[in-house]
Amino acid sequence: MEKLNVFASRLLPTEDFVCSGHRACQGCAEVLAMRMVHKELGRNTIAASATGCMEIITSPYPETAWRIPWIHVAFENPASVASGIEAGYKALMRKGRYPRRKINFVGYGGDGATADIGLQFVSGAMERGHDMIYVCYDNEAYMNTGIQRSSATPFGASTTTSPAGKVSIGQQTWKKNVPEIMAAHNIPYVATVSPSYPFDLNRKVRKAADVEGPAYLHVYSACPTGWRMRPELAVQIGRLAVETGVFPLYEVENGKYTITQPISEFRTLRDYLKLQGRFRHLTDDVIDDIEARLRAEYRLLEAKVRMTHEEEV
Amino acid sequence: MKADPTAVASGMHFIDGNEACGEGAIAAGCRFVAGYPITPSTEVVENIARRFPKIGGLFIQMEDEIASSTCVQGAVWAGLKAMTVTSGPGISLMMEHVGLAAITECPTVFVNVQRGGPSTGLPTLPAQQDVMQARWGSHGDYEVIAVAPSSPQECFDHVITCFNLAEKYRCPVFFMMDETVGHMLGKVKIPPADEIEVVERVYTKRPPGEYLPYKIYDGDQPEMVRVGMGHRIHSTGLTHDERGYPDMNAEAQDKMVRRLCSKINDHVDEISIAESDQVEGSDVTIVSYGITSRVVAYAVDLLREQGLKIGRVRLVTLWPFNEKLIKDVAQNTKSIIVAEMNLGQMVHEVERVVAGKVPVHLIGHAGGAMIELQTIMDKIKEVAS
Repeated sequence: MEKLNVFASRLLPTEDFVCSGHRACQGCAEVLAMRMVHKELGRNTIAASATGCMEIITSPYPETAWRIPWIHVAFENPASVASGIEAGYKALMRKGRYPRRKINFVGYGGDGATADIGLQFVSGAMERGHDMIYVCYDNEAYMNTGIQRSSATPFGASTTTSPAGKVSIGQQTWKKNVPEIMAAHNIPYVATVSPSYPFDLNRKVRKAADVEGPAYLHVYSACPTGWRMRPELAVQIGRLAVETGVFPLYEVENGKYTITQPISEFRTLRDYLKLQGRFRHLTDDVIDDIEARLRAEYRLLEAKVRMTHEEEV
Repeated sequence: MKADPTAVASGMHFIDGNEACGEGAIAAGCRFVAGYPITPSTEVVENIARRFPKIGGLFIQMEDEIASSTCVQGAVWAGLKAMTVTSGPGISLMMEHVGLAAITECPTVFVNVQRGGPSTGLPTLPAQQDVMQARWGSHGDYEVIAVAPSSPQECFDHVITCFNLAEKYRCPVFFMMDETVGHMLGKVKIPPADEIEVVERVYTKRPPGEYLPYKIYDGDQPEMVRVGMGHRIHSTGLTHDERGYPDMNAEAQDKMVRRLCSKINDHVDEISIAESDQVEGSDVTIVSYGITSRVVAYAVDLLREQGLKIGRVRLVTLWPFNEKLIKDVAQNTKSIIVAEMNLGQMVHEVERVVAGKVPVHLIGHAGGAMIELQTIMDKIKEVAS
């Protein structure tokens, strides 16, 4: 793999493949992340899109924000379609019908398309070992249909199908840990990324593209509309998510865990929650419980880092 | 039985069809809904998610439609009245489990707020393109019941009809709404609970040793059991005998499938709801259903004022198809027009029954908008002249 250790904003590619003029909401960090992912992947990329915000906002006829080949498929199966494109391309290259060259095959979907309806299809693609990248843009609910909970919605968040009120606290289950599920497939590369850490994102996208075989990227995608948050805070909230331990940035490279943005001292979780209307009903005890669980999860992640690097020590 | 007064939101409301559908389900005794967000049906479950915690119901948002349509069947076997709500691609994903509900005779209500298809199609715009899918969507021979409302009030009233029919005939029942009726705001009168007729499930009174889950004892349908009654039963999607055990041969298949079909087909008169208006002696009779029937009614009124003799038939029950009614129409009118928001689905059924006795015309539409008044009036005039 190419050694990459110099980062500077002027070294970033200037060309964009997800372009301006799309119809995302003000402050959408999801489309920001997608733009950055594709900036790094470059022109030789084919993308298969699930149904969702990123499909709707980039592709209303007769306009498109895409400057690469792009296909919208059903809600559940961008991973399957990307698998098919990859396998078909590989066969044609083997037969000499297409010139041999590196092409990035990308399947992407939101948290609903990835953690819920599409989970078996992402799992199948990772298990079969296609040389592709699956990207989950996680905005923690079904935002395209109007803020319904998904299995990636964090505990306590109020959504239209997990409304907080006198009887319910809102979302009653803990966020499904999809990056861990993907790591359990023993694929070459899994990483969590956030557009609030652009160089970290860039480096991980490059690694995902360069590995042979499947790679999975889980992208923290702040959604001001769905999170009931001021749009200008979309980048800041991403940094707070990392600093409070809500969304640790790490990668799993051939089974080895590395925390890429280690946190030595966590900020209080309240700094993160108080900016978002979806959490405003949470009481102090509940917040303490959530914080305790986040700390435990982070300790587990640190333990995985230690365990998987043990032989090197 | 009457509805539960502590749960029914009696009174006058100004709500849309989706919300009315949820209120109707609550009135019908539904206390379990499993669903998945999909436009234009999502408001049904959003309302349910707000209402259920207060009345002891349970809404679960599942990971997809495949999970939703089977989760509700689990809840039915556990002893609840249950429904799932979806649209477009969602109802396509559920098709396998329509067959499952049919073969296991699991009274399940499938609400389909129809949108334009195929595939992702037109998520936010109406169509009536799932009519044949409702009838034939799952593999194998079976019968279903399907009901199409045309107003928010009917979304309330007829979802209750659906639950009652599901319990009475132990079969999957489709509530065929569409985007327009789902999002149409209107006056909905929710009557006092003691005015709402609710059919309760027939649970067996036989002790465990003397009960077979698919044997017909006194009524028309087999008797059900629920969790906690002490019966051990075997429910399977395989062809089964009266004990519920797999019995895979031509004889068992013949007996089972014929009963699944005849239990509906022998009771069309009791199941079917339709409106028929001035058909006798008319030059043209126009057949429609769902939201289209409202445009048709207006067109017919306007043309009658001009002196045209027009009959009007509105199918509320789509399946089982009311053959007797349409045969009757064919004998009393000179020609038939079917108006529907698809490129011709119910028209085939009408043609089959009319069997060439009178000409049958279609006013079709590919979906995405209501059929316009003028289109309907022009076609009626053309056929009538």
